Amino acid sequence: MSLRGLLQFVACLALMLPALAFASERTPKPDIIIANPGHCVAPTEIMRRNHPEMLLHQRDLTVHEGIRTTKYNLERCVACHASKTTDSVLGPKGFCQSCHAYAGVTLDCFECHASKPKLATGASQ
Amino acid sequence: MSSDEGLSRRGFLAISAAALGGVMLAPGIRLIEIAAARAPDQPASSKVRWGLLIDTNKCQTGCDDCVSACATENGIKSSGHPRTDSQWIRKIELKDMRNGRTHSVPVMCQHCAEPPCVLVCPTGASFKRADGIVLVDRHICIGCRYCMMACPYKARSFVAQELTDQNPDVPRGKGTVEGCTFCVQRVDRGQQPACVDACTKAGHNAMTFGDLNDPHSEIAQRVAQYATTAIRADLRTDPGVRYQGL
Repeated sequence: MSLRGLLQFVACLALMLPALAFASERTPKPDIIIANPGHCVAPTEIMRRNHPEMLLHQRDLTVHEGIRTTKYNLERCVACHASKTTDSVLGPKGFCQSCHAYAGVTLDCFECHASKPKLATGASQ
Repeated sequence: MSSDEGLSRRGFLAISAAALGGVMLAPGIRLIEIAAARAPDQPASSKVRWGLLIDTNKCQTGCDDCVSACATENGIKSSGHPRTDSQWIRKIELKDMRNGRTHSVPVMCQHCAEPPCVLVCPTGASFKRADGIVLVDRHICIGCRYCMMACPYKARSFVAQELTDQNPDVPRGKGTVEGCTFCVQRVDRGQQPACVDACTKAGHNAMTFGDLNDPHSEIAQRVAQYATTAIRADLRTDPGVRYQGL
């Protein structure tokens, strides 16, 4: 086989790999329990890719300027996405932690922010 | 989930509150300051300067209603290490040794117009909001504690222990510096800080919160009428917290 042919074969194989991987049952997937599917502030594909930027932008507006709109509010994310069994977005099957663990991305938000909705923590208004 | 619905409802409530609160109780004294009713999508305005006036003649020795209300609102609990526990507000007992006169006063972040903590912060985490509230952006605080050294009022604390079960409105965490925020989450909703609320509800009325820039507000009128003191006025930090009768 010529070098060019070999390269073409390798390229084809590389292109097919993701499709093969997703077709396979052996690929691990995050084990998430979604409490309220389909009610988010943007379509799922946009949320999956852009939720860090949304939260980052909102956090600066809120902390520095006192703008407290509710659309990209982390408190509301937690209120809606908290598991109905554990009342939290953390935990092995929790909405935030399960996917972050799968993707290997550190999840720092909840070292400071509450991972449970307001009523569940019993905090005062 | 539509945010527009929530906004319009909140906006309506804010306007209603402004209309109700605008009713004059006495000349120049309103139930709620109109300036407090800011829409959630509006940034804090530099036309407002939030201030707190503490009447030391009314503040009782041994009363810590303001301290406990602060702890409840902001989720401050003892970690079992009293020397490093966070302290956003504390009661100070003062005694003039010449004549025996005593004062008991709460001291918290004085929300200076010229805050030394902001000057020294190497990351910009310590900052003053447009309406005069001095805050720590704990997303960019590296926990160096320069601000704690610079503050002449010992108003800031470092969180040395891991925290759990924070109040959803008041995120707090290990490795960052924190201090009194004038209950910014409440102020942005048009409410008063928790300490002021507790003091008023208990009938002490030793604390008055409001806009120092609004000549019609109760606090501005009292500051104009009575002699008030800033702690360590010699440092020219121009605090937003002022003391009457000290």
